[in-house]
Amino acid sequence: MADVTLRKVVKRYDDVEAVRGIDLDIADHEFVVLVGPSGCGKSTTLRMIAGLEDISDGDIMIGGDVVNDVPPKDRDIAMVFQNYALYPHMTVAENMSFGLRLKHYPKAEIKTRVAEAARMLDITDLVDRKPKQLSGGQRQRVAMGRAIVRNPKVFLFDEPLSNLDAKLRVQMRIEIKKVHQKVRTTTVYVTHDQVEAMTLADRVVVMNHGRIEQIGTPNELYHKPATRFVASFIGSPAMNFVPCRLEDDAGKLNLRLTDRLAFPVPPQRAARYQAVPRTDKLLLGIRPEHIAESRPHAESGVEPFEATLDVTEPMGMETLVYFTLDGTPLCGRVSPNAGAQDGSPLRLAVDLNNMHLLNEVTGAVL
Amino acid sequence: MSTVTIDKSGPTRKVKYGSMSRDRAWALRWSYFFLVLFAIFSLVPPLYMLITSLKSSAEISAATNPWWVYHPTLSNYVELLTSNQFLRFFWNSAWVSIIVVTITMLISVPAAFALARMKFWGSATLATGVFLTYLIPDSLLFIPLFKMFAVIGDWTGIQLINRWYVLLFIYPTLTVPFCTWIMIGYFASIPKELDEAAIIDGASWFQTLTRIFIPVALPGLIAATIFAFTVSWAQFLYPLVFTTSTDQLVLPVGIITTLIKGDVFNWGQIMTGALLGAAPPLIIYAFLMDYYIAGLTAGATKG
Repeated sequence: MADVTLRKVVKRYDDVEAVRGIDLDIADHEFVVLVGPSGCGKSTTLRMIAGLEDISDGDIMIGGDVVNDVPPKDRDIAMVFQNYALYPHMTVAENMSFGLRLKHYPKAEIKTRVAEAARMLDITDLVDRKPKQLSGGQRQRVAMGRAIVRNPKVFLFDEPLSNLDAKLRVQMRIEIKKVHQKVRTTTVYVTHDQVEAMTLADRVVVMNHGRIEQIGTPNELYHKPATRFVASFIGSPAMNFVPCRLEDDAGKLNLRLTDRLAFPVPPQRAARYQAVPRTDKLLLGIRPEHIAESRPHAESGVEPFEATLDVTEPMGMETLVYFTLDGTPLCGRVSPNAGAQDGSPLRLAVDLNNMHLLNEVTGAVL
Repeated sequence: MSTVTIDKSGPTRKVKYGSMSRDRAWALRWSYFFLVLFAIFSLVPPLYMLITSLKSSAEISAATNPWWVYHPTLSNYVELLTSNQFLRFFWNSAWVSIIVVTITMLISVPAAFALARMKFWGSATLATGVFLTYLIPDSLLFIPLFKMFAVIGDWTGIQLINRWYVLLFIYPTLTVPFCTWIMIGYFASIPKELDEAAIIDGASWFQTLTRIFIPVALPGLIAATIFAFTVSWAQFLYPLVFTTSTDQLVLPVGIITTLIKGDVFNWGQIMTGALLGAAPPLIIYAFLMDYYIAGLTAGATKG
């Protein structure tokens, strides 16, 4: 087991920079998820850690040693691929033991390790089968088994659940988490699914356009996003963004959304925003769960307003309501008993204690 | 008008389904018709050879029904199989084919692996180039090749012309490009992650080839082997040009040059020799048919 460090790592393909100088410290035993839209450089980063791609610039260290020019087989890593990449002509046991056999481990030890990994993954009955006789979920377990038996310094996962159906994906997500809790191997996991990232990770690395947008625990990313990209990428349905500006009103700070609609900024937030130039184009960022039906005796900072609902989506435990505010589409989450109906007006309330204020031009969260 | 259409919609759909299955039935009948036609077309000559091989020379030249054997005899077979000369041709052919297949596989499998997987400067061009060399007909090549071996003989004193083993240098020019091309297509259809997984598991390039690629691409490998064997076994032009002494001849040339004397055609033995010569490839095909078809189609669609 080991820590993994990336220092100003760059990957260039001819003229295109796929990864633009990223710095990342992954601690021993940590489960880090790289997440971002396709083409953001997350898979390239993982493949550079694996040694499957050369790095154009910078340093990659595993366990303190620079591995820039170390071939993959000497990096002591194991990788799980999206399409499993099981050897079709070998049985499950042979697949899992291939790496050990290449390194000439004693037969008895290979057997013990394979049996142990098979038990951990609940595939003991399958060890004599060929990959084509297995279901997608079973194949993914075997692929994980192949990684576990090697007892490597680092596990690398490249979108391992993307080929599975939704139900199996949830199940395998839990399996992966369980395995990590048992073996505690440092893990780097790549996915484009923010739910997977949030549920699995100790820390999430959000990437976009070859750069790291933010590194943090799932809760930090959700509640304190650093940029507009992170704010909109993490969370489903996505955060609402409403153009707005700040106004001074008799010593207090007001947030003006439309000509007719302005809210007082809650005092604990007002101090932070005091220095923002009043002329700046700003965005109010507010998550759907912070727009709910208006209740009597609301706490301070929860401001009511009227909206005409365009569409309602009953989800069972809540109803999603969609409406527009001066042309800006918004989404809110109301109680199923709030009486939300398509096309009808509803009195909603926005909880500004959980607001974010963003610079519209730079995308930075203020 | 519209009401009429609506009224008829139910039955029309039925008729449509019915007609679809009827179309299918007709398609099948036509396919079988043509299959049988082509089967007859390609099986009649060997049948005629078999019939003729069972006749004595007298019966062949007699004006009887050529499609019937009145006095069946195995004398042609006995004569050929006990003739040292024929057995010599047979062994020459066998040696040439086996060694050529071995040489071909030893060259084209690693070559295909390198061209399909190790992306190096010019690898794509080289792969196309390999295929283009296959397109050059042997009738264009045999004179320069002959000249080349003659010059080598003059310069070094190593006489290769009129030796059966000269064919070991020539046949690979036909088999290596084609087999490499088949194997490139086959290797290219193997997912990239498979070799990446092997490399991460600690395999070298050579181990990736021998322990992953060759077993996975076995059908393609067998197809290539069969092809190389068939080409070497059935080559006619090159051995006709390069070998002349009877002890150096391979089967196809041997049969023609020794069994046709002047204008006398020993038809019974020619047919017998040709049938016996066709036997080894036939046996190999029969055993490896499934692999062969799988190999060819995979190479064709994914290559």
